[in-house]
Amino acid sequence: MGKDKRKKMHLSKMYSIRRNGFEEDLSQIGGKGFSRVVHCNENGGLEGINLQNYADNYVRSTKYTPVTFLPKSLFEQFRRVANFYFLVTGILAFTPLAPYSAVSAILPLIVVIGATMVKEGIEDWQRQQQDHEVNNRIVKVHSGRGDFATSQWKKLKVGDIVKVEKDEFFPADLLLLSSSYEDAICYVETMNLDGETNLKLKQSLDATSSINEDSKFNNFKATVKCEDPNASLYTFVGTMNFQEQRYALSPQQLLLRDSKLRNTDYIYGAVIFTGHDTKVIQNSTDPPSKRSKIEKRMDSIIYFLFFVLFLMAFVGSIYFGVVTKDDLDGSRMKRWYLRPDDSDIYFDPDQAPLAAIFHFLTAVMLYSYLIPISLYVSIEIVKVLQTIFINKDVHMYDEESDKPAHARTSNLTEELGQIDTILSDKTGTLTCNSMEFIKCSVAGTAYGRGVTEVERAMAKRVNGEDRFDEIVTEAYSHLSVKGYKFEDERITNGRWVNEPHSDVIQKFLRLLAICHTAIPDVDEETGKVTYEAESPDESAFVIAARELGFEFYKRTQTSVTFKEFDPKSKKRVERSYELLNILEFNSTRKRMSVIVRDDEGKLLLLCKGADSVMFERLSKKARQFEEKTRDHVHEYADAGLRTLILAYRELNEKEYEEFNEKFTEAKNSVSADRDDMISEVTDQIENDLILLGATAIEDKLQKGVPETIDKLAQAGIKIWVLTGDKMETAINIGFACSLLRQGMKQIVITLESPEIIAAEKAGDKNSIAKVSKNSVQKQIAAGKAQIYASKSDAYALIIDGKSLAYALNDDTKNEFLELAVGCASVICCRSSPKQKALVTRLVKEGTGKTVLAIGDGANDVGMLQEADIGIGISGVEGMQAVMSSDIAIAQFRFLERLLLVHGHWSYRRISSMISYFFYKNIVFGTTIFLYEAYTSFSGQPAYNDWYLTLYNIVFTSLPAIALGVFDQDVSARLCLKFPLLYQEGVQNTLFRWRRVFSWMLNGLFSGIIIFFLCMKSLNPDSYDKNGKTAGMEIMGATMYSCVVWVVNCQMALAVSYFTLIQHIFIWGGIFLWYLFLIVYGALPSSVSTTAYKVFVETLAPAPTYWLVTLFVVIASLIPYICFKAVQMRFYPGYHGMVQWIRHEGRANDPEYFQMVRQQSIRTTNVGFTARSIARDKEFEWHLER
Amino acid sequence: MDASTRTKSRSKKPQYSRFTQQELPAWKPILTPKWIITSFVIIAILFTPTGLLCLWASERVVEIIDRYDDDCLPDSYSTDPDSFIQSNNTNKTCVRTLKVPRKMSAPIFIYYQLDNFYQNHRRYVKSRSDKQLRDPDEADETEDCKPINGNDDGPIVPCGLVAWSLFNDTYKFFKGNKAIDIDKKDIAWESDKKYKFGSNVYPKNFQKWELIGGGALDESKPLSEQEDLIVWMKTAALPTFRKLYGKINTDLEANETITVVIQNNYNTYVFGGEKKVALSTANWIGGKNDFFGISFLTIGGVCFFVAINFILLYVLKPRPLGDPSYLSWNRNQGAQ
Repeated sequence: MGKDKRKKMHLSKMYSIRRNGFEEDLSQIGGKGFSRVVHCNENGGLEGINLQNYADNYVRSTKYTPVTFLPKSLFEQFRRVANFYFLVTGILAFTPLAPYSAVSAILPLIVVIGATMVKEGIEDWQRQQQDHEVNNRIVKVHSGRGDFATSQWKKLKVGDIVKVEKDEFFPADLLLLSSSYEDAICYVETMNLDGETNLKLKQSLDATSSINEDSKFNNFKATVKCEDPNASLYTFVGTMNFQEQRYALSPQQLLLRDSKLRNTDYIYGAVIFTGHDTKVIQNSTDPPSKRSKIEKRMDSIIYFLFFVLFLMAFVGSIYFGVVTKDDLDGSRMKRWYLRPDDSDIYFDPDQAPLAAIFHFLTAVMLYSYLIPISLYVSIEIVKVLQTIFINKDVHMYDEESDKPAHARTSNLTEELGQIDTILSDKTGTLTCNSMEFIKCSVAGTAYGRGVTEVERAMAKRVNGEDRFDEIVTEAYSHLSVKGYKFEDERITNGRWVNEPHSDVIQKFLRLLAICHTAIPDVDEETGKVTYEAESPDESAFVIAARELGFEFYKRTQTSVTFKEFDPKSKKRVERSYELLNILEFNSTRKRMSVIVRDDEGKLLLLCKGADSVMFERLSKKARQFEEKTRDHVHEYADAGLRTLILAYRELNEKEYEEFNEKFTEAKNSVSADRDDMISEVTDQIENDLILLGATAIEDKLQKGVPETIDKLAQAGIKIWVLTGDKMETAINIGFACSLLRQGMKQIVITLESPEIIAAEKAGDKNSIAKVSKNSVQKQIAAGKAQIYASKSDAYALIIDGKSLAYALNDDTKNEFLELAVGCASVICCRSSPKQKALVTRLVKEGTGKTVLAIGDGANDVGMLQEADIGIGISGVEGMQAVMSSDIAIAQFRFLERLLLVHGHWSYRRISSMISYFFYKNIVFGTTIFLYEAYTSFSGQPAYNDWYLTLYNIVFTSLPAIALGVFDQDVSARLCLKFPLLYQEGVQNTLFRWRRVFSWMLNGLFSGIIIFFLCMKSLNPDSYDKNGKTAGMEIMGATMYSCVVWVVNCQMALAVSYFTLIQHIFIWGGIFLWYLFLIVYGALPSSVSTTAYKVFVETLAPAPTYWLVTLFVVIASLIPYICFKAVQMRFYPGYHGMVQWIRHEGRANDPEYFQMVRQQSIRTTNVGFTARSIARDKEFEWHLER
Repeated sequence: MDASTRTKSRSKKPQYSRFTQQELPAWKPILTPKWIITSFVIIAILFTPTGLLCLWASERVVEIIDRYDDDCLPDSYSTDPDSFIQSNNTNKTCVRTLKVPRKMSAPIFIYYQLDNFYQNHRRYVKSRSDKQLRDPDEADETEDCKPINGNDDGPIVPCGLVAWSLFNDTYKFFKGNKAIDIDKKDIAWESDKKYKFGSNVYPKNFQKWELIGGGALDESKPLSEQEDLIVWMKTAALPTFRKLYGKINTDLEANETITVVIQNNYNTYVFGGEKKVALSTANWIGGKNDFFGISFLTIGGVCFFVAINFILLYVLKPRPLGDPSYLSWNRNQGAQ
């Protein structure tokens, strides 16, 4: 590594690094919770001395290990009531109670459990692969005598010295010893930890900063005593004994695992926490497990079936008990052929009640076919495939970020079809979080001709143009500079020198080039400069300055260097300003400043900040442009732009000296009010500023956001925006997204009223709270009254964070919810992450509807986890949101397809599939039960054991799975064209009790028809022309054939999308049954028992068998077909209507289509369609006048 | 990962395939009136003649059924059938006369029919040993047969309740004074005789101990030739069942009178069952069973009826396609 690079940048002075503030904490070292002792660099050679049971660095995110897999996953499986029931019946099947053989009973369970376990296993194996990748990453570790050798992450031990190079991840929590910089600082990107993109600065102790070469570690020895592993990312307490001195350690020296080394060539560090002891892993919590509403309802249906099952078994047992008792009348046997006089307990007339109880168990086993054993596993298979479809959808792939959609959990796909309310984050979700410098106002003159999205949206409102004209967007594509959309021929290309106030413009642009904390990165080949900035706003400023000719390209610890165009010499000259102080930005100050000495030796304070704090700081004399600038700022804000005021002042040496003294003192103080002190000091100097102008940055909307919102609104989904932004910005974005429009009555709830401010000034916390609460309650009540007064109007509710805090109180939250539900759009601004989560919970629990939250930042995590479904935007703001989401998409606009197409389909598929599963098992169960009634409930099934076994797992499940995976009521295109289709899911029309019970009734009906028709037609006369009569095996096989046919044909009728796969599975299921009969019947009779040659010898040659099959199938299906035909004809669901339209071939007729759509669309209040409708109405109203 | 390596690495864009994009070619049927009317009419057209054909076939079958359990009970025993049937000293011969209604062509099948006899009772069904029936070496496999499994003297072959309760009424048929030959061969399923009942398994200890259930077996004949037993052991599905007793290979002319001499041995009195003897011819549809024909005709009729209704509805109440007023949520929108 070249030594020249070591001198490149030294920024430690830029930041007020806090040191040695922990003396009081150090006393705890060695005590409880602070017992960790790490001997650095002593693992080489023999047994290391750091082996006191510290975790190794192997990180395991898998649920199971090879050892625990079997017991743990089995336990998980049998926690499901249905599976547990089948386990119990499976065990009981080994007793003489069983109506069938044990193997045949246990096999389906094994298959089902096995399939689920295989799925679990594969998923866990994939996690294991990821773990493997992470654990086997390479890192350089000190191997003794100053040599560093590569090693794998998992082999790291506590106390090892590692060398991490640029852009590598830290393998464990490290204590920074030294870096490639002389002052031993390094930059760290913590995106994986907190989602923040800006770089954090870390610095080692002075004592170790010189040990910055491999060879110097030969004799390095140090002992670290520190806190025990904990989850707090921002604290660290410890001491280091080095060269017989004790040094205090702070979080400043701790490099956390999963963060990345940036802008630093290499660092040396000692491993402090490994593996599961690291802070990031201590911090990770298991995501809450979510279950969809459909599955919850399915559970209750299964409980219902259990109830029916036990009822059936109970009735049967009583009958059985009575009949058995009756068999023996003293010593007189009635049914002598059963030998009731000499019976075991299960059939003993003398102990009939006991026999009945045993029989109850038998019956519970026999009727277990009512419960679809394969339902759970089928649902899981289907959902996995559905998530694959989501992941593979090319329409949800984002070219720009190269990210396809990614469903992280597979158990919520159908929930996507039932969303009632969407809670959306703003920044990064609706907007790009890419800030573009678009306008500025300098010396009272507004510059910049770029058209903002908002302006375009507003223009549309005026011109009534609903379609998005791509042309406008196209026009800007040539300006490929990211973060810069400024266009004004008066300023660009150096022409600003000809403007009237060119000196102000020069200062303005210089300020942009100097007053920031960005770090330049010069590409050595092309000479191009790129910037690493704390926020996109920052980088937009520097980029704008660069594009306008003030190219900032070099930063040292003490200087800022930029090239600028000198109007006098007409040349590019290099200027270097001495950087004296940086007064950092924070949310209370709302401004940042730098103090520099320019190349002429003048002391300058350059300041930029929010208008609310800046105007009051202006010098009384220097306010010539204030009026105009204020107007411009207002204008910009109205257009949805973020504005900053730029100002400066000149300082004299004395002033500066004084300031610097106080400032340094404040910075180095260790007391708790350090921040207050700093802000007080800076407050004094940032005064008497001279106004330069204002900047306007556009918070760019994501592509397709307005269209998507419009579509979702048409689908009847409510959209709320929860943002941390200030009210003005939020309202502007609301306009841009068409969530707000003119003519919509805005109900604004805020605490910015004079009385509150007065109370705040008085400073009594209790009274503030009281007044605020009253005010919020009053405003909510007023809002509600307004809504009740006139229901025809559309309302928008806008509430700020402070008010929200009171509105979310237990006693007001229901009122608030009522108000919010009554409004067409709801925007919560200035809301904290916690508030976001609380609002989510309020909506979820208050309305009982399905709530989707979408967001991209670490501040959305709570909201995502709280919502029924959390959607993470896998954008630029880091992985935190994605990691806690259920589904990750790259762009907000993909939500449209995700919900309207995938959600709708999934919902429909799953609900149809579940209904069908219940249907088919009820058909089968009914035939078994009815047959029981004819065997005096003795527990004898008509079917062969293996028919019973294979019913659920072979002959009928595959078509159901195919339905669950492939069925489409209408195509994706039509789903999007008719967004109202989505309401089928929201109103749960496909899985309401009525529908589920109709399916069950249908099953009951089919079962009855099958049983009685088979019975009547096969008995008692002869069966074929050889005069033989039908015994139990013939009856069983015939009835079973009918069941397989009916159930599969029913499926064929229910499917509305016949692919080849459907054909194969449905007809294949029937074919398999015959194949099975032939193969199984050909096995020796000891294996096949009652099925021995039954098909070949008996059934197939007899016309009776085929005739029975034919008319039983038709008879069982007629009711369904009639019902369906009437429904389709006279009461079609929305999907039915769309199917009609498609069937008529009119889906492509835009006019007809529009007519139908207009008729069917529910009036919406948000979205640009609603906007244009509202405008038309107004227009008509004017005409009438 | 920096920019250059990212471009090198493969794009994550999903591969297009009709499967993953869910665009597989598919048939999308919907239940249009046309489709429904057509298919129902077709079913009606197919089922009506089939039903008639079945009825006709069933009509051609000639069947004589005679219930004899009550009539064969002497009046003196009418209050105490148990002692009659259980006694070895009562005369159980009973003579019945049957009249042939129409000509019956050979083969004429003789059946016995039992009512209220639960051959399908679980205890009964399980009480047998298929191994023992098949293989002489496995005669001891009598675990399932309890309590009819044998004792110290050796196992019972065939064991179990099913064999033990073998039907043992016998029939003899006379035309005038001339006995009609009853062919007892080939009344059982071929596969049973060949594979389920061993040709080298002989009855042993059968009906020797304790209670005597039903009929006895000829110990000199292997099980595979004991067709009565094989037929009996093919358990019936329902409590009312017929089993083949034998065949008459001569035609019976119409209005002929046939005398049946019955040995009324089998006890159905105690459990309130019925015994019948049946003579029947058979054709492709089996025995006499009008149910087939009636079912087909009914279904055909229903389909026809439905089709007519749909046609009427279609004509009388046409519905503009895609009329959203039928939408449930549009109708009650006001309520929301």
